[in-house]
Amino acid sequence: MPPVELYDLTIHEASDLLSRRELSSRELTQAVLDRIHQVEERVEAFVTITEELALKQADEADRRIAAGDAAPLTGIPAAIKDVICTKGVPTTCGSRMLANFLPPYQAHVTERLLDAGLVMVGKANMDEFAMGSSTENSAFHPTHNPWDLERVPGGSSGGSAAAVAASECIYALGSDTGGSIRQPAALCGVVGFKPTYGRISRFGLVAFASSLDQIGPLTKDVTDCALVMNVIAGHDRRDSTSAPLDVPDYTQSLITDLKGIRIGVPQEYFVEGMDSQVRASIEAAVNKMAELGAEVDWQVSLPSTGPALACYYIIAPSEAMANLARYDGVKYGYSDRRGDSMWQNMELTRQHGFGDEVKRRIMLGTYALSAGYYDAYYLKAQKVRTLIRREFDAAFQRCDVLVTAVSPTPAFKLGEKVADPLQMYLSDVCTIPMNIAGLPAISVPCGFAPAEGGLPVGVQIVAKPFDETTILRVAYAYEQATDWHKARPSL
Amino acid sequence: MAITREEVRHVAMLFRMSLSEEEIARLQQQLSQIIDYFQVLQQVDTEGVPPTSHTLALENVMRDDEPRPSYPAEDILANAPLSEGGFFRVRAVLE
Repeated sequence: MPPVELYDLTIHEASDLLSRRELSSRELTQAVLDRIHQVEERVEAFVTITEELALKQADEADRRIAAGDAAPLTGIPAAIKDVICTKGVPTTCGSRMLANFLPPYQAHVTERLLDAGLVMVGKANMDEFAMGSSTENSAFHPTHNPWDLERVPGGSSGGSAAAVAASECIYALGSDTGGSIRQPAALCGVVGFKPTYGRISRFGLVAFASSLDQIGPLTKDVTDCALVMNVIAGHDRRDSTSAPLDVPDYTQSLITDLKGIRIGVPQEYFVEGMDSQVRASIEAAVNKMAELGAEVDWQVSLPSTGPALACYYIIAPSEAMANLARYDGVKYGYSDRRGDSMWQNMELTRQHGFGDEVKRRIMLGTYALSAGYYDAYYLKAQKVRTLIRREFDAAFQRCDVLVTAVSPTPAFKLGEKVADPLQMYLSDVCTIPMNIAGLPAISVPCGFAPAEGGLPVGVQIVAKPFDETTILRVAYAYEQATDWHKARPSL
Repeated sequence: MAITREEVRHVAMLFRMSLSEEEIARLQQQLSQIIDYFQVLQQVDTEGVPPTSHTLALENVMRDDEPRPSYPAEDILANAPLSEGGFFRVRAVLE
């Protein structure tokens, strides 16, 4: 055995040991569960821990492996963000509204992972209905950043990112509507990938903003990211927005040569107020990619980057408001029946079932779509969305990938931005435009900010729609030339 | 303030959600600040630009109309706060 703890293994390391029978899934799963017992009290990455289920699935995986029927993910312990439906296992969305909800079906991605031999150790904490950038909007408890327990893990997939960083699972799934996979991955020092809109079926993903939501993996390195993508990507007829395209073998993109790759660095992403250590890490990462053979254009311009944030905070709440109208206290979820009429019960159910941020976004969306404001806000935002897409299209005529920061700052303190929603929204400025344009984008560890005691920094790599392979190639080559992904927090 | 207390109340009722007086006061202040921020969009020239509602160029995704088994009613009703005789139960809507 290598001199590492079993829970610190990556998917590909664990999978090698499993297939050589030097390790059983039962042993690996028990090691991860022991790790959860050791650190979860401090990290609080989970809403639900499914210990019994995990051990049962581990035994099944060991039988599959013994029968020679193993795939790369077979028997590998994972955490699933609590916005993804798991049949018979509570799926709360971090909300009081769904605190007791048991999905009657599996999400498409859960089904795919189960077929591949999933061992699920738990459902990961999140901002309520995936609305937030810090995981402080969970109705149950905040999650702590494993690198500094006083700080946020980012959000909304903060539980998934913290669980991977703290080795409370080997990999996790998250969802990303405006940066909710990439920003927590950056703040927790792990790899987080939001594929192209339509690449992965959203069937069974509880809807937040339907034209922006996308599921993706959070992993310890880029190889693991490719392995998870190979299982969860692809068309599904139950999601009419899932793309009917063939899926390549993403592990074929894992090459360490960047010759011929054209990188663009959009100036507008060095936003006002960006931490100087973040800026320096991004510039150093681009220089490293150039050393590996890429050509770099430092003068790419995407002028609509600023307005993209306002565009997003109109479109996402408008779609959210329509999606969240289903929570009426009648069909499922929290039901407040203290009123005198059906309508009053519905009004009370929403007042007491939703938390502050969700109510704020419902109000923003309802306002933006209401009579007299539709043209000024919603329609205007949709037109700006077109401009944002066109600017990216033009940039990708000349560049294969764009490289930017993920978050303008490292992880902030718990409580620091809770009272100021607009400041919280501004932390998504570098990740939102990709959701608006539907582009694939990854966050890869690229350094540590020493002034804050060594908090992780992530670099973002973006490509044109359905060009996940180029992103993985650049991410892998960069990762293999650096050691950032090997660092683990001390807990 | 970009939005009045009365408007906050009105918007909440459009969504059929009640709010406490304290929530109305806080939302008036917070929503005003955010809506003021939205004004940045008015500076963007969108003359002649068509709106984008969706980034995938898919339209009218069709499938054959074949009957398939659906979820058992009891599975769906298992999450219902109140049900009776295979139905969701609510308070009377008509007096």
